[in-house]
Amino acid sequence: MNNPQLNKHGELQHLLSTEGLPAPILRDILDRTASFVNVAEGSEIKKVPLLHGKSVFNLFFENSTRTRTTFEIAAKRLSADVVNLNIGSSSSSKGETLLDTVDNLCAMHADMFVVRHAQSGAAHLIARHVAPEVHVINAGDGRHAHPTQALLDMFTIRHYKKEFHNLRVAIVGDILHSRVARSQIHALTTLGVPEVRVIAPKTLLPACVERLGVHVYHDMLQGLRDVDVVMMLRLQHERMQGAALPSAQEYFKYYGLTQDKLALAKADAIVMHPGPMNRGVEIDSSVADGTHSVILPQVTFGIAVRMAVMSMLAEK
Amino acid sequence: MNIQIKNGRLIDPKNRIDALQDLFISAGKVAAVGNAPAGFVADKIIDATGLVVAPGLIDLAARLREPGYEYKATLESEMDAAVAGGITTLACPPDTDPPLDEPGLVEMLKHRARVLNQARVYPVGALSYGLKGAELTEMAELADAGCVAFSQADAPLTDTRVLMRAMQYASTFGFSVWLRPQDSFLSKSGVAHDGEVATRLGLPAIPACAEAIALTTMLQLARETGVRLHICRISSEAGVALVRVAKQQGLQLTCDVSANHVHLSEMDIGFFDSNCHLVPPLRSLRDRAALRAGLLDGTIDAICSDHTPVDEDAKQLPFAEAEAGATGLELLLPLVLKWAGQDKYALADALAKVTLQPAQIMDLDAGHLSVGAAADVCVFDPEVYWKVEHAALKSQGKNTPFIGMELQGKASFTLVDGQLVYGVF
Repeated sequence: MNNPQLNKHGELQHLLSTEGLPAPILRDILDRTASFVNVAEGSEIKKVPLLHGKSVFNLFFENSTRTRTTFEIAAKRLSADVVNLNIGSSSSSKGETLLDTVDNLCAMHADMFVVRHAQSGAAHLIARHVAPEVHVINAGDGRHAHPTQALLDMFTIRHYKKEFHNLRVAIVGDILHSRVARSQIHALTTLGVPEVRVIAPKTLLPACVERLGVHVYHDMLQGLRDVDVVMMLRLQHERMQGAALPSAQEYFKYYGLTQDKLALAKADAIVMHPGPMNRGVEIDSSVADGTHSVILPQVTFGIAVRMAVMSMLAEK
Repeated sequence: MNIQIKNGRLIDPKNRIDALQDLFISAGKVAAVGNAPAGFVADKIIDATGLVVAPGLIDLAARLREPGYEYKATLESEMDAAVAGGITTLACPPDTDPPLDEPGLVEMLKHRARVLNQARVYPVGALSYGLKGAELTEMAELADAGCVAFSQADAPLTDTRVLMRAMQYASTFGFSVWLRPQDSFLSKSGVAHDGEVATRLGLPAIPACAEAIALTTMLQLARETGVRLHICRISSEAGVALVRVAKQQGLQLTCDVSANHVHLSEMDIGFFDSNCHLVPPLRSLRDRAALRAGLLDGTIDAICSDHTPVDEDAKQLPFAEAEAGATGLELLLPLVLKWAGQDKYALADALAKVTLQPAQIMDLDAGHLSVGAAADVCVFDPEVYWKVEHAALKSQGKNTPFIGMELQGKASFTLVDGQLVYGVF
């Protein structure tokens, strides 16, 4: 099966998922991210001309403020022309199909699409459809993938832990519905993390999740023991009560990250969260704002990682 | 008209013939096998050298899309496809728009099909009005109009009391009830098998136990009511096991599988190939192996095409939003041949799964080449390779997981009632 993300030379053509991306490409993205972080921090130059004259279309079929904003800032720092489209409120409600929308935008000479969609596989569908000179970046599709989030998480881990090959990482929460978790798992295993754990009640784990190369824990106290990295997931409001979970309170008691539970992890463990957080549901405020938390640096790195991906695609 | 089909390898599962023998057809019926009857003078001769001469295929599930979905396919296009696939008899499920729940609709469909003078069409009537699972249809009237069985197609029937009543009523008249087992709560909004691939792709999933649970209910109600039950589109290892045990216990029960599920698994979804969005979902390799074992030991009686033409726009959507189904009439024969070859299953036994056995499920005296039987014949080339592509398919639906692949085996001539409906003399 052809990997739809790579061109015939094995280079990145689209960024659709962290699954199936070779480790050298992942490392290349992280290295580039480092250079963009340095540019932003170290110099007066806020803009580089790498995407000068290119048009980036932010195609958001699902609402998002944070992700869309970071993509927009990233594209503008690369000197691209950015067009934001919240399709949820226009074309699709008028009955236009996804690919019709894409065709129309291609006719406006789009060079790059940043796509968020509620259905798994939407970015793949668009990537298969567009002309070879157009690139697609998946900014989240259904439960499937959110590769730039996972990449910024990898960058954060590397920033604080330097290496991947000696780490124990725990991902905690709603794995079943999480595109972030799937992308994190593939990125971690590809980069050589020897032990990836998932911690969740059985109602929030997908079938055969162990086949993704993770160890499954239902007891958070066991799962957090001696880990180097704790990656928390957001619990969607609609899951907090009903058939998946009885209540947010019970969830917090057994799967919320508190100082007591975090004490089971290594003394220098870092705590991550893709945001937006539900304080008191999946994470206690004292942990979110505490010394182990790297949640705000994650956001900062988010811009650099998106600059890295866009600049890499623009070269092809 | 007298037709002689000569020099072919004649396979007739019912009469246990698999030999180089000529077939003689007179006045639309089989006149003789082997030697010409006295005084037989052929008006037409089909030279079947290198070809197989078999009973016409009988397909238990082909959606012709009429009435209601003519933009997806028409009776004309799909009947062309059927005979091009060597199919001479087909049953069409009641999930048209409106559903086949009124005798008038059934008569109209039968009439439209008869005028086209191609394959024989046997509608399967709706078990409940509007397939809504609440009120029984006029089954006896529908049977008089031409329905061969009663079914919910893929519509749920969650109320077990209604299901029991429907079975009791059907068994009163000796009608058979065809059901596809799937618990509607467990399958709600699911689009793929609850396994490794759905997990990887983040697709809403349907667990295999959804089939086993519904099947357990159906089997128990069949025991209770004595209805003739036919299980449609079995897909899971647990489902096959339940049917096997029920048959061993002596329950009157038959079962079919779609040709897609004999060959494909969840793995074929790859990167969201919407052509693999099927109902029931493609399951694991282990389930596929169990389906094949069920075919070999007779647990599964028949293979059907589950022909579901879908217009292209409806497939050009994200996987879950894409309409489910695959075109299948023209793929049934090559897929059965491919399976028989892979599992080293005798060709005659394999063909029985698409001729004699579906005929018995439909309660028809068909699917064989006995002297006096209607001359419904499929003459096919078992060796020829052809590529599944748009231009090669007569069906209006071009949607199939096999698109772009090469398959072996294709009908050369198809006869219904001794009339050539596909191929050229």
